[in-house]
Amino acid sequence: MTAASTPHPYMANSVDALKREMLDAIGAESVADLFEQIPADHRLRRPLNLPPSLSSESELRRHLIAMLRKNQTCEANLSFLGAGCWQHHVPAVCDELVRRTEWLTSVFGSPMSDHGRNQAWFEFCSQIGELVNMDMVGLPVYSWGCAVGHAIRMASRITGRHEVLIVRPTDPERLAVIRSYCEPSEMPGHIEAKLVGFDRRAGGIDLADLSGKLSSATAAVYFEVPSYLGMIEVQAAEIARLARANGAETIVGVDPISLGVLAAPADYGADIVVGTTQPLGVHMNCGGGVGGFIATRDEEVYAREYPSLMISITDTVKEGEFGFGLSLFHQTSYGMRDKGKDWTGNSVYLWTIANAAYMALLGPQGFADLGALIVERAHYAAALLARIPGVRIAFPSGFFKEFVVTFDGTGKSVADINRALLARGIFGGKDLSAELPELGHSALYCVTEIHAEEDIERFAGALREVVAS
Amino acid sequence: MRVKLRDYHAARWDEPVVMTMGRPGRRGHLFPASSERVRQAAGAAADLLPAAMRRRNSPALPELSEPEVLRHYLHLAQETQGMMGISLFGTCTMKHNAPVNEAIAARPKIAELHPCQDEDTLQGVLEIIHSFDAILRELSGMDQFVFQAGGGADASYTHCCVTRAWLAARGELGKRDEIVTTIQTHPCNPATAAAAGFKVVTLMLEENGYPSLEALRAAVSERTAALMVVNPDDMGIYNPQIKDWVRIVHEAGGLCFYDHANFNGVMGKLRARELGFDACMYMLHKTFGAPKGGGGPAVGAYGCSAELAPFLPVPVVVRDGARYRLDHNRPQSCGKIREFFGNVPQIVKAYAWARSMGAEGITQASDLSVLANNYMDRKLSDIRGVTRSHPHIDKWRMEMTRFSLDRLKQDTGVSAVEVQNRMVDFGVDAYWLSHEPWLVPEPFTPEAGEMYSKEDLDYWIAVIARVCEEAYADPAFVKAAPHSQPIHQIKSAPLEDPKRWAMTWRAHVKKRAAAMQG
Repeated sequence: MTAASTPHPYMANSVDALKREMLDAIGAESVADLFEQIPADHRLRRPLNLPPSLSSESELRRHLIAMLRKNQTCEANLSFLGAGCWQHHVPAVCDELVRRTEWLTSVFGSPMSDHGRNQAWFEFCSQIGELVNMDMVGLPVYSWGCAVGHAIRMASRITGRHEVLIVRPTDPERLAVIRSYCEPSEMPGHIEAKLVGFDRRAGGIDLADLSGKLSSATAAVYFEVPSYLGMIEVQAAEIARLARANGAETIVGVDPISLGVLAAPADYGADIVVGTTQPLGVHMNCGGGVGGFIATRDEEVYAREYPSLMISITDTVKEGEFGFGLSLFHQTSYGMRDKGKDWTGNSVYLWTIANAAYMALLGPQGFADLGALIVERAHYAAALLARIPGVRIAFPSGFFKEFVVTFDGTGKSVADINRALLARGIFGGKDLSAELPELGHSALYCVTEIHAEEDIERFAGALREVVAS
Repeated sequence: MRVKLRDYHAARWDEPVVMTMGRPGRRGHLFPASSERVRQAAGAAADLLPAAMRRRNSPALPELSEPEVLRHYLHLAQETQGMMGISLFGTCTMKHNAPVNEAIAARPKIAELHPCQDEDTLQGVLEIIHSFDAILRELSGMDQFVFQAGGGADASYTHCCVTRAWLAARGELGKRDEIVTTIQTHPCNPATAAAAGFKVVTLMLEENGYPSLEALRAAVSERTAALMVVNPDDMGIYNPQIKDWVRIVHEAGGLCFYDHANFNGVMGKLRARELGFDACMYMLHKTFGAPKGGGGPAVGAYGCSAELAPFLPVPVVVRDGARYRLDHNRPQSCGKIREFFGNVPQIVKAYAWARSMGAEGITQASDLSVLANNYMDRKLSDIRGVTRSHPHIDKWRMEMTRFSLDRLKQDTGVSAVEVQNRMVDFGVDAYWLSHEPWLVPEPFTPEAGEMYSKEDLDYWIAVIARVCEEAYADPAFVKAAPHSQPIHQIKSAPLEDPKRWAMTWRAHVKKRAAAMQG
């Protein structure tokens, strides 16, 4: 043991006398002796070379704050970024709840001792179920893209088919994740992802292309409402009908914040619904707020293919009392290792607390009001931008909160425009020109309830200046 | 010395399911309405949405005021034991989740960042990620870390994806199609290997507590893509032949991945790269002090050698002089395994933990966790009904020991799960049993870690002793546990019955009605 050192506040036994007391209790000479299993030639032969410790909280805090000062936030600036991570208002109740130590520190527990957390999980699933109109909802997976990946694999196992038709335009970020889950063509479980085209004028699906690509090999058709570019697919029911007629599953991806004003996916024929959980009371966290969900009808054919943990209500031994427990656990990777359904593990369960509280706070009218507000403000922004010379809205109607702004008529690139906007404290929309060259110099703009009318007007004014300069 | 057990009772709120609460018309959160100016310029929502896609039936969400929602979820928080007492949940390395880190990570300078912001506006967060990468490189000997994986299992999956890309670059994808692992390696390794398209070869334990070199030699071939292995395992056994394992797999042409789930006992003692491994994984929500959150948001930090770095998922945080940026231009990358570049708040918390601890603190933490486990090992082994795995191995265990209550079960009929149900009555979190399959009957696996005091450890041991005593004296009482929790013992049969399971309230209502109609 080294010379007496200052005990560390995170380690109760880092007091030399205590270490000695414990060593004496077990009859060991030194701590080093306890590592007898590790052969000498496996060991690091020098002390770790790490930056000096900041074991005083005030020093640590000062250091971290200094680093964070180099960030510029969407709070201090005006941001129009979306594309898989969106700035929505996070009710203070959600923030208050997720910092509670009980939830923050819970690991697994038992169904009785962590009953409250399990109930909150169940309430998350129950409320998502209402929004999407499905009876079965799993505990969340890592992200929307991961949810799509699992859903496609579920559909492939259910149908015994190995092709998925994915309706463009697709978020390249999400599509890259999906491609990982579909495995490369050299792998025996490979699922071929075929892209279905979209109508360049209206922004919706090219149904003829879909019909041409549907076949007896198609396990599933996947499309999103709203789409990556914000469009509300008007032919959703027809897509689902065509898929079903071909014996394929219909997988629909949704942004649940839209479901107060947009139809529940089950109502236009979805078999599996997936989506994001981040808009429901979780901060963007630089992309670290994302999460995904999977929902289906409560039918065994689906239930037996879920990879995720499932929480079910059940009775207790006391008459009239309910509790919650894990259901279908054995089919997960915890139960069956490589024979299980894909895999599961730690996910984003803490965020379900924020999500559950968010949905309960809003209620049906809150979702309806919020959806309407977002649609109106997004269209207001689009209308103001369309008046700027050289600026065009690629698909001027039928979108939810995101829309494509084309700058071809300005003679400027999106990068130029965004740089000039940044200098004015505005984060411009995501640059699409490299990923969707057919849309020209375009960017994806996102407007939500956090954008006040004067924010939108200020932005339109700034853009007018930038374009004219 | 007799430890006084607390007269504990959990909060019991008898809290209804939120779906049954509230009254029609009540509101918990309001949004402004659009002004006339907006309506005139843009139109009203009802006209802006395609008729075919408008919602016709309102979702049946509860209608509650704000304080009702707050109080409801606070009640549920109070009905959650979490780490309010003592939690020695094995393999999860329970640590202090320092409030300062929570407070920092909740600031807008983290919370209100968008991952697609201009890199100039993200220099602070990129610097933290890069600095933490450097810390993990020093701990592991690896050359590059990424944080995209949303948990430990996702980091294992990352390794499988990196392996695919590495094989593809060598023209061996589809030819090398087997991944070798051991039965004591976490289930996520074989599971992610299978989900990535590999065949899985699982080696069983032998006399010394780990598979033999002969078994490994017989398992590897020109079809071996990789070895995925944990060491030490969660029985506290360190495989001293691990360097030979790596050599054998390398000679066969495969990669070696070190699942460092059980890093706590060897932090600062050894480095994965120096043992020959090509890649490794750390769980920031376990070993590095970020909270569990009941199961995430988590981070599996995946690190690898320079040879494998080109195959990592994109983006990778790199430094150009004084500026940090996200490198997306990596043509050999395996692509993406999750959107964006990781659970940033957790990375910040882990960085903060590592800075608070420093080299000396980290080394001491591994010392204390191994000392605490061996202290517990001695004391628990004295309890009637408790035995431990591999009794013939007379060596100090690492930071965990696998115990068995098989003797207690034989003597009293009380199982490890039933003891678990009773121990929570004393304000300590349920222990962890073991992964499937149970190699030891009626297993339990505490992990003391470095946070808890000797008094806490003594208390935990005294709880196990007390419950075992109760099992011998009054097994029915233990079997009926818990007695001091928010609810009584749940019935597990409905959970596996398609007619009764219900993952949502609406499913429950339908099935209950169907059952009543008979």
